[in-house]
Amino acid sequence: MIKYLLKKEFKQILRNPFLPKMIFMFPFMVLMVFPWAASYEIKNLNLSVIDNDHSSFSRELTQKVVSSNYFRLTNVSDDYNQALKSIEKNEADIILEIPAHFEKDLMNRQGAKIMVSANAVNGMKGGIGMTYLVSIVNDFNAGIVRQLMPVVQAGNSVPTIQIDSQYRFNPHLNYRVFMVPALMVMILTLLCGFLPAVSIVFEKELGTMEQINVSPIPKTTFILAKLIPFWLVGFIVITIGFLIAWAVYGLVPAGYFSTIYLFAAIYILTVSGLGLVISNYASTLQQAMFIVFFFMLVFIMLSGLYTPIDSMPNWAKWIAAFNPLKHFMDVMRAVYLKGSNPLQLSKELFALIGFAAFFNTWAVLSYQKRN
Amino acid sequence: MEKTIQHNPDQVIVAENLTKKFGKFTAVDHISFEVKKGEIFGFLGANGAGKTTAMRMLCGLSIPTGGKGIVAGYDIGTQTELVKKSIGYMSQKFSLYDDLKVWENIELFGGIYGMKDAEIREKTDSLMKLLNFENERDKLVGSLPLGFKQKLAFSVSIFHSPKVVFLDEPTGGVDPITRRQFWELIYDATSRGITVFVTTHYMDEAEYCDRVSIMVDGKIEALDTPRNLKKQFNANNMDEVFQQLARKAKRVDS
Repeated sequence: MIKYLLKKEFKQILRNPFLPKMIFMFPFMVLMVFPWAASYEIKNLNLSVIDNDHSSFSRELTQKVVSSNYFRLTNVSDDYNQALKSIEKNEADIILEIPAHFEKDLMNRQGAKIMVSANAVNGMKGGIGMTYLVSIVNDFNAGIVRQLMPVVQAGNSVPTIQIDSQYRFNPHLNYRVFMVPALMVMILTLLCGFLPAVSIVFEKELGTMEQINVSPIPKTTFILAKLIPFWLVGFIVITIGFLIAWAVYGLVPAGYFSTIYLFAAIYILTVSGLGLVISNYASTLQQAMFIVFFFMLVFIMLSGLYTPIDSMPNWAKWIAAFNPLKHFMDVMRAVYLKGSNPLQLSKELFALIGFAAFFNTWAVLSYQKRN
Repeated sequence: MEKTIQHNPDQVIVAENLTKKFGKFTAVDHISFEVKKGEIFGFLGANGAGKTTAMRMLCGLSIPTGGKGIVAGYDIGTQTELVKKSIGYMSQKFSLYDDLKVWENIELFGGIYGMKDAEIREKTDSLMKLLNFENERDKLVGSLPLGFKQKLAFSVSIFHSPKVVFLDEPTGGVDPITRRQFWELIYDATSRGITVFVTTHYMDEAEYCDRVSIMVDGKIEALDTPRNLKKQFNANNMDEVFQQLARKAKRVDS
């Protein structure tokens, strides 16, 4: 019996003037555009400089800051108030104030003070800009120390700890390595969660659902026939994702593709199951869309796509623990970056199997052939 | 405990005090009737009289809140899936798949009712001939005119040779010639032993039925052959019978 239903579903998907295009275009759009735009790197910060010293040191410092590529000198002011106005006018993001006698104080080995002040309306941008600027100044400082005290006697030197930092799994802190696998999860969620929901509700609106309900089709058969096509769509979509990640970003998982396919198989069942549950409760497309949007928003916000789960309050961590998107995103990043295997990811594996079983059982139970 | 209805193989549909309440509103109010095998049973009533609700209960789409019903020998309350195997249903809303071809719709529904591929193919061929549809076989159903669609929907609903077929206003919006052809298809079905349960608003169609019941405000107010009903209400045609009964309705048209 399911053979006939599957034939019907596939024909309907292929004959739909919009769906097949969407299934191919969507991964392209998301993976080609977002990784370039949704960047964590803060570049081109507008810098306002107040140079009260006009010395070679102060010019050297300004030059060093500007040549770092992170800052653009957009404003030179005479005093702090004027610089502040440029921030208000959105011409500058960060102010660097070099006091008078900066060079003289340094040469006299008295130590000098400079002031850095950042616009923190966007807290992240302000914070990161501040960090960048401070580290450039520190670097400049170290250069001056070397210049002024070229020979340091061993006995006289101050014991310092030198930090040699190493970023494991993503040595250059390239955010694309981190974002692209997560975006693939997003695409799967949207396509495989959305389409089944729309599919059943659409049949309800057309009235064909009634014709199905009055027939002796078992509930599980009907649900399976809706599920399987989207399961295959999911595989196609994630394979397109792999290809784009490799061709455009040169990203190949450190682990095995088979690991990702295994997790994807379970994950697609989970989101399609959720979509089916939604479609059983919604009686119009409008309702279904709203419920899907609601879930998507919660899932994305509490998935760790942009903001790490670890820094969230406890209640949010609890919600995230029940977020299938978060688990699969962890898996994708782990396999792509660290090369984890299913054994190391067994916690996520069991969580996803649990979700898939839960949502699909719910989908079968909530599908009512009569009322 | 309600008494169980003794099943008589001649009675394909038996309703006993069948009731459906939506909250405080009683859509179907203790209706009782029997339909004999091979009969064309007309189910008449104004809009909102409760016809569709009653029919949906008999088809196993709606759970009765009271009373009993037997369709094709199975209890509509407890043996719903068995009922569904033995009936055909054509809803008020056209409900074949517009984006499937004519033969694909037939194959789908034949397959759903457990027919074998060879049987489906063979019956499809003869059906296409009967309907004069040979040129439309490979067309998408959505591209067909309404009259074609309705004839096809009816043919699909009896494709698996059910014992009973429920037709909910099958000829709504269809031209007189197609309506006539449609009734020829109905007669053809009864000649093969299929019982027809049909709701309609066309009183000339009521005359074609073997027996007719008229529902007013959820209750059956009259049930007999069209000839006896006309005699009983001292009327020239079924339209007059209907007018006399429907005028008593207190429910507002939904």
